[in-house]
Amino acid sequence: MTVIRLSATRPAPVVTDDSEAFWTAVSDGRLVAQRCSGCRRFRHPPRPICPYCHSLEHELFDLAGTGTVYSYAILHHPQNPAFDYPLIAALVDLDEGLRVVTNLVEIDPSEVRIGMEVEVVFAPTVDDMAVPVFRPVGDDR
Amino acid sequence: MTAAIVGIGQTEYSKSAGRSETLLAGEAILAAVADAGLKPEQVDGIVSYTIDPVEETELVRALGAREIGWSSRVPYGGGGSQGVLLHAAAALAVGAADVVVAYRAIKARSGSRFGAAQLSGRPTSAHSGSTAMQWSNPFGVITPASWMSLNAVRYMHASGATNEDFGRAVVQLRAYAATNPAAHFYGRPITLEDHQASRWIAEPAIRLFDCCQETDGAAALVITRADRAGDTPAPVAIAAAAGAGLFEEEIGSNHYRPDLAVMDGSVALAKRLFDATGIARDDVDVALVYDAFSPILLMQLEALGFCGFGEAKDFVADGHLGPEGSLPCNTNGGLIGEGYIHGLNLTLEAVRQLRGTAVNQVPDARTALVTASRTGVVLQHPDAAP
Repeated sequence: MTVIRLSATRPAPVVTDDSEAFWTAVSDGRLVAQRCSGCRRFRHPPRPICPYCHSLEHELFDLAGTGTVYSYAILHHPQNPAFDYPLIAALVDLDEGLRVVTNLVEIDPSEVRIGMEVEVVFAPTVDDMAVPVFRPVGDDR
Repeated sequence: MTAAIVGIGQTEYSKSAGRSETLLAGEAILAAVADAGLKPEQVDGIVSYTIDPVEETELVRALGAREIGWSSRVPYGGGGSQGVLLHAAAALAVGAADVVVAYRAIKARSGSRFGAAQLSGRPTSAHSGSTAMQWSNPFGVITPASWMSLNAVRYMHASGATNEDFGRAVVQLRAYAATNPAAHFYGRPITLEDHQASRWIAEPAIRLFDCCQETDGAAALVITRADRAGDTPAPVAIAAAAGAGLFEEEIGSNHYRPDLAVMDGSVALAKRLFDATGIARDDVDVALVYDAFSPILLMQLEALGFCGFGEAKDFVADGHLGPEGSLPCNTNGGLIGEGYIHGLNLTLEAVRQLRGTAVNQVPDARTALVTASRTGVVLQHPDAAP
């Protein structure tokens, strides 16, 4: 049976003091990461202190939104009604050297391969927010 | 180490205990205290680990303990399960307590199911060591199997291991469980074909039979200083106890370490348990390794140094985990075969092996290893201790 979803059912991300700027940017269609104002290194998930130089200052940097699949899994059971199954969970290594947990979309589960090139798109969630998910790009599309 | 395990106790392991976790914990603790030849009133230290639901004050009321000098909880959920012995040994060493009980009570099946696809509105459960879960929840990565499958698939990619290789370990665990009357899968061994016919949970890493059993029950241990353990019937020495939590590493939702094909928390743990103490891996007669899911059993065997990277599949296939192997492993059936008391039932099996009372007894077992990815202990028969 095909379920036609009339509105987003994906749960909204949990927003904390330290993650609010990230999720606000994502909901505006921007994939960003913290970049330390001291040592200029990127970090993700967000945190209040640079773990490398301990600067308390950072900026939000707009990422290219491209990367490669580091790992994945096709989730079958158990199922949560907020998602469609089989659900493709993935770890994507972004070109800036950061890793994100995400979903792969616009691809058949049997076609997923570690190392394939992907690009970000944004999936709506409840509460009018969004999360970054990824689709194949270039020769992998 | 100057501490010893002097008593063990447990409830039955079932799918529906029909009573509270506080009662389950109390039953296991009373059994463990009696096993040690002590009185419940003598207990003055208690330790468990996240996410145990038992409120310590309720437990103290139920036990009638007169004065608690020390209590603690280890973070990282089941990954912290063996940390209770490190905490207990530290408390005993500084004189904060004399008789410590370590316990875990759980209704992982009839209560809040451990493997359920539940969404949390909170960033994390307090003190769980799992803050990154908030970064996987919006993507449906909300079950222990889904968290760990991402690491397992990378491991398969890097090592060449297949789900069949994981299945060979499961067949051994189920064979051990088949002869353990306390096990959920008592009397129910499987073949590799059975394993391969079980449905996918997280493809291509984890099938249903690769998962541990959501279980109701409780397990408990009594720990005292080694110098008073000689007055108890069957003490087992804590030869080493350690924990290791690495930068960016978590339990379960551990997705940000550079190389997820290697459980480097266990690499660090093994350095503390073996290299720092002079205990040799070859000394281990029986190993109990946290098998929430079969892939992490193979990954830990490599990380702990019992075989090289990518060699665990052959180590398993060659029968090293079996009763005639070089490293009999999870001889109670493990968390996959016996049940999932969040890892603490593995510690009880190690004690039984060193006492010579295990159902699948390893002949003349003198040294046992128990690990849960980032916490672990080496236990020894009193005659084996230096």
